[in-house]
Amino acid sequence: MTDISMDTMVRVAAHPRRDIGLKARYAAERRFRIYGALAISIGLAFLAIMLITIVSKGYTAFWQTTVTLPINFDEKVIDPSNKRATDPSVLIKANYPKLAENALVAKLGINPDDKPMIRKLKGFLSEGARVQLRDIVAADPSVIGTTRDVNILAAANLDSAFKGQIDLSVEEARRKVSDQQIAWMNKLKADGAMAEHFNTGLFTYGASSRPETSGMGVAIIGSFYMMIIVLLLALPIGVAASIYLEEFAKKNRFTDLIEVNINNLAAVPSIVFGLLGLAVFINFLGMPRSAAFVGGLVLTLMTLPTIIIATRAALAAVPPSIRSAALGLGASKMQMVFQHILPLAAPGILTGTIIGLARALGETAPLLLIGMVAFVADYPKTPFDPATALPVQIYMWANEAERAFVERMSGAIIILLVFLMAMNITAIVLRRRFERRW
Amino acid sequence: MNIMTEQSLENAVGEKMSAKSNEVIKMRGDKVGVFYGEKQALFDVNLDVRLNQVTALIGPSGCGKSTFLRCLNRMNDTIDSARVTGKITLDEEDIYDKNIDVVELRARVGMVFQKPNPFPKSIYENVAYGPRIHGLAKRKADMDQIVESSLKKAAIWNEVKDRLQEPGTGLSGGQQQRLCIARAIAVSPEVILMDEPCSALDPIATARVEELIDELRQNYTIVIVTHSMQQAARVSQRTAMFHLGYLVEEGATDKMFTNPDDQRTQDYITGRFG
Repeated sequence: MTDISMDTMVRVAAHPRRDIGLKARYAAERRFRIYGALAISIGLAFLAIMLITIVSKGYTAFWQTTVTLPINFDEKVIDPSNKRATDPSVLIKANYPKLAENALVAKLGINPDDKPMIRKLKGFLSEGARVQLRDIVAADPSVIGTTRDVNILAAANLDSAFKGQIDLSVEEARRKVSDQQIAWMNKLKADGAMAEHFNTGLFTYGASSRPETSGMGVAIIGSFYMMIIVLLLALPIGVAASIYLEEFAKKNRFTDLIEVNINNLAAVPSIVFGLLGLAVFINFLGMPRSAAFVGGLVLTLMTLPTIIIATRAALAAVPPSIRSAALGLGASKMQMVFQHILPLAAPGILTGTIIGLARALGETAPLLLIGMVAFVADYPKTPFDPATALPVQIYMWANEAERAFVERMSGAIIILLVFLMAMNITAIVLRRRFERRW
Repeated sequence: MNIMTEQSLENAVGEKMSAKSNEVIKMRGDKVGVFYGEKQALFDVNLDVRLNQVTALIGPSGCGKSTFLRCLNRMNDTIDSARVTGKITLDEEDIYDKNIDVVELRARVGMVFQKPNPFPKSIYENVAYGPRIHGLAKRKADMDQIVESSLKKAAIWNEVKDRLQEPGTGLSGGQQQRLCIARAIAVSPEVILMDEPCSALDPIATARVEELIDELRQNYTIVIVTHSMQQAARVSQRTAMFHLGYLVEEGATDKMFTNPDDQRTQDYITGRFG
């Protein structure tokens, strides 16, 4: 017993520990981890700052101040000479702002003969009141001669003042809202006639020079058209091209060259695609300017490389054993691809497509070149009508000086980010759900 | 037959029946050579595959036995750079002839691969896929019949009959390989090629597959590539020894394992190289 334990002790003592630099190795690893954590924290901090800035500037865009006024649809104002039965254009040209002004004057208890006082009301209500009231009358001419409560949009400056975004300590002459208007505003607020409502106009209005009547309706429709066109064109063409290149084409210099070119195309600045679209689709093929169809074609060209690269990667990731199994059973190459490889690659293809679409949705530069940066007030009925796109709308609002436009720009950015996040989350969910393991 | 791995080689060989003389040649390789690009992988192989026998191809890694196997159903066609010379016949027909359709050939010469590779579909679909693409079953009942008989022949029916709709990839390795054999049988091939079918399996699963191969020999002609000397001795009637792309020696299995003509065969089967 003693001999054995002695023997063990001797053997243990005979192996002194060597210095193999363990301390330095662990120190290096610790340092690397600290660098990594630092880099990620900095990134997250910037992301947080960006999101907080946008949201804090933009959330107010989803609210719009309105003034509830009992509008008297006075025949003397709308149709003084009573010609509307013979000439319907009278109803279009009528002096509707006067109706709103009269109602406001009555509401505020101003003497109707006090012209200087009434002049101070200018810029209190939105010019959009004209369209608002006209639409009511156009929809139902029998309203003439009656009185009804209407929520009239407040002008952009009053809207900003109501939301507390205008610094009232500034000298009166140097701000957009007069003290008298502030006093009226507070009076209406106390009455409950002036209040904030959810801003549906942000989603439905087209372009306008007045912030309170401008919205992203045209841009949303334009972007929707373009996404449909990109999906319908880029997905089938991209998948077909990938299948051909990956499964059928011989591997030689020429296909290598094509592959290199596709990879490079994915890195070409998007504005170049815009130039291409301008030259080919508009100047050469004579397609209409500013149309969502042309925008869709340009974005298709831009998205194709992304989809092709993702699809080829997904196809190549299907294990060769599945190919051998299908071919070994006597399946033709076509059957192998469409019955085995493609279903297995579908989640990867879908993910790539959605990410490509998300990129196309956020693309601005090529659309500027094909004229989609236009002032479009009416909804595009077809993809061939002039339209804008979400990011272009953001770009256009960013060029405006007024406080209310900055607010709308931030609101539009929030909406665009929500769309993009929804698409990316869909991609992740699809990948998780249908991912297969071998 | 007891087929545990520790069983001695001599016993296994001793139990083999000696080959009968009136044998039919099912497939014949005549001066078969294979090139991958400029590199030649197989040189002038003359080898006969006999009807209803198991032919084992043995040899060290990279000797060309799998390459030869893949020539027999033209799986080498799927490799762009591969080129086959010489002549291979199936029932006296040249399988590399222009008139032979490779899809039809593969329906006649089925294949089981080294790694079990069921499709990521249900067990039923795995077996039904081959008959479906070849139009072997007109009605659902016929298909059910083919699936059941194929699974029975592959000795896996009792294990999976209650879960035919579950994915084939959920089975154990040995079950997956028998499923792959059932899948190959389902198209009623004449020849079944097996490329190291047991190399990814444990000894018990290996034993079941080997028993199965012995049963299948009644109805099919089988060519099997194996790295296991014992396996070759246990399941095959004929053995062919490959080395460095050449066919070294070919003959009845019991003779090959007891009294080979070539020194290299002797060295390989006794474990002196390989």
